[in-house]
Order: sequence, then structure tokens, then C-alpha cells
Amino acid sequence: MTGQRLSVVRYRVPTGVHPPYDYPDYHSTRLRAPSRPLEVLPQRLTELTGPVFGSDRVGELDDDLTAHHPGEPLGQRIVVSGRVLEEDGRPVPGALVEVWQANAAGRYRHVVDNWPAPLDPNFTGAGRTLTDGDGRYRFVTIKPGAYPWHNHDNAWRPAHIHFSLFGRSFTQRLVTQMYFPDDPLFGQDPIFNSVPDPAARQRMISRYVHERTQPHWALAFEFDIVLRGRAATPFEEDDDDD
Amino acid sequence: MTTDGPTDSLGVTPGQTAGPFLHIGLPYDDAPYVVPEGTPGAIRVHGTVVDGAGTPVSDALVEIWQADPDGRFEHPDDPRGAIPARVQGFRGFGRCPTDEAGHYAFVTVKPGRVPAENGWQAPHLDVAVFARGLLHHLVTRAYFPDEADDNAHDPVLAALPPDRRETLVAVPDADGVRFDIRLQGDHETVFFLV
Ligand SMILES: [Fe+3]
Repeated sequence: MTGQRLSVVRYRVPTGVHPPYDYPDYHSTRLRAPSRPLEVLPQRLTELTGPVFGSDRVGELDDDLTAHHPGEPLGQRIVVSGRVLEEDGRPVPGALVEVWQANAAGRYRHVVDNWPAPLDPNFTGAGRTLTDGDGRYRFVTIKPGAYPWHNHDNAWRPAHIHFSLFGRSFTQRLVTQMYFPDDPLFGQDPIFNSVPDPAARQRMISRYVHERTQPHWALAFEFDIVLRGRAATPFEEDDDDD
Repeated sequence: MTTDGPTDSLGVTPGQTAGPFLHIGLPYDDAPYVVPEGTPGAIRVHGTVVDGAGTPVSDALVEIWQADPDGRFEHPDDPRGAIPARVQGFRGFGRCPTDEAGHYAFVTVKPGRVPAENGWQAPHLDVAVFARGLLHHLVTRAYFPDEADDNAHDPVLAALPPDRRETLVAVPDADGVRFDIRLQGDHETVFFLV
């Protein structure tokens, strides 16, 4: 009865990529993972659209986490850059990318984090930016330290930066973590290992890229983020004829 | 639902938990305001997130996305055209961390109904929940208690077992509606694969 053609994109539903909710090795899942299977929600207009953020949401220095205080933060200065892409390689322009992380000693500026590593008065650990027309983003920050947690005996999180991404639609929303190459802590980390497919796990690990380093200034890591892609053919809905 | 298609795929980046420190990076001052404070007809949509033991989840973050009161989206993929809402300052999007009591609250206006393949979807919010212990975010929907007729014809609600539908319908409240989110256990909220 709507009498209008609804020609809309559809997004592929990835299988075997995301971690399960119920993953007992990560103890916090025990009371938080739903016990009932997910119900299928067909993608309709609410799911196929999403917030469009303008540059007014991003401050000039928001992409430089080393520039938020009068002094320089301690630690290894790094450039983290990459592209936000869909599965077929097409870039996602104008995507809001938000990051948060621990300081070089592995401590977060957060009331809940009180392990005995120093806070850095010159480091807050939050940044945001929008991807450009080619889906590119870039942050300047310091390399976060590993930190202990209480999940299992002598548990340590591999160094990581939390990433939050808005693509073009609600279905493309993604929160993930970027890791660093060759971290010796991967083997004992249930969060990293909750991703079932070893190849998919590797996609969370950034690459060291020597060409992107800034001589006498900063090392460089590249991290491309791939969001769900569109289905092969746009889906045409026409309810006039039924 | 579309799971097929060519496999010339780069491979999707897996989700990971937002962890216990998401407050450093995600909240911002006016994020819970889908419409500016003082907007005529604004309502409060709020609730509590609880875990499988009934304990409030004090380190979660809730996001909502919704149509405007005319059921439209100011977005290039709305096939009816991306037009600004008639409500000044309408964003369609809100974000709110839970507090010590597991409580979140948004200021918004009720969305209109949204077309489906055959007919209409009842007014609804798409809801995403992020937290420590959620390795990937959870997706659910909130419906409105004063839309019994539209709710009865909504294709998403209709596809659910009758005893679970009620978990998606908010309850009336003094200045809006309350939508509690139960992650696990008795009256567990329906969560979606989308
Ligand atoms: Fe972390």
C-alpha cells in the first residue's frame, strides 16, 4: 500500500568473521552474552541508512593525540593511517573514525583503570577524524603499552588501539581493535583469539610501513579497515503489483 | 537476507569488544540529544541495561538510529530522497553511556512509520549496545507502546515468537518511554542478526 518503488542497496552478512558472543575464555561474556540465538532482521530502510557526520563534529587537532596538552606525551611517536573500505575494495569516504587507547605505560586515563603504571599528564588517549574521498584516515599518536587485567592468571592485553567506525549504513557499524605486528602476547589473549578464523585475526594486525615513517620524528603503521560490502545486485522492491 | 554474491572479497575486519574504557573515546556532550533540548514534542527514551544476573551494566554504551517524524531518513540511500527533517536540528542518531545504575537516556522525537516491502513498519528505533564482555555489538529495536495497531502489523515483530515480542516494546513513562535491555536470562531482549 505504500505505492512506491524502494530500490535499495543490500549488505552482505559476513559469516565466520566476527567473534561469538558466548566465549567462556573471556570471562566477562558469561553474564553478558545473550543465551538465545539471534533473530534475523531483514535489512530495510532503517538498517540501510545511518548517521552522516560532517566536519563540524571533528576538531582541528582531534587526529593528533600528541597535541592535546601543553607538553609532549612520553612514548614512541607513531603515525597510524590506512583506508576504510568495503569488501569489494571501494573506499568509504566521510566515515567517522574514533580511537581510544592506553598511554605508553599501558594505562588508560579512566577512573576504573588503577593498576600501578604512571598516568601521563600530556596524554588523554582519544582521537577522531573523517575519512577523505579515498577513504583514507590518519592519526598521530604514541604506541600504547600492554596492560594486565584480571581475566586469567597473569593475563596481559597485547598493545592495541580501540577503533570505532561508522560506514554508510547502520549495518556497517563496527567497533574493533588494532594490534601491532609480532606481539608476543597474542597467544594468551582471549579477546584476540575469540575471532574464530586465523586469517580474519590477522586482519586486525597493523603493518609496519617504513615508507610512511617520518624521519627523526615518528614510526608508521598501516591499518586498513574493511566494512561489510554491498550485495552483488541492488535489490528492487516494487509493491505496486502485488 | 543476503549472504551470497561474488567472493572477490578483501575480508571484513572482525569486531572486538569496546572494553571497559570506552568512555575515553566515545561519549560527547550532546550525544544523547537526537534533537536539541527544548524541541517541541520531544520525548525521553531511557532504560537500564542489565546482565544475566540482573545486575545493572554500568560500563555499556547505547546508540540509537531512527527515522524522522515523517518516517524519512536524510541519507542518500533513502530511495524517496534525502531531505532534512522538519524538526530543527534533528540528527536521527544518539549515543549515551550507561551510568552507575546501568541507566541511559536520550532526548528525541518519535519516528514516523517506515515503509517495508508490503506495507509499513511501526515506528521504531534501531538500537546498538556496546560493552565490556560483548565481543561484538548487539543490535535490537525499540517500539512504542502507544502504537498497538501499527505494532500488530509490523513485519519484524510479526516474525518473532509472541512471547518474545514484548521485550521490544517500550513501556509508557512520565515524559516518554522506558526501554530496558536485558542481555541474558529471563525476559532476555530479542537481539538481531542484521
Ligand atoms: Fe583496551
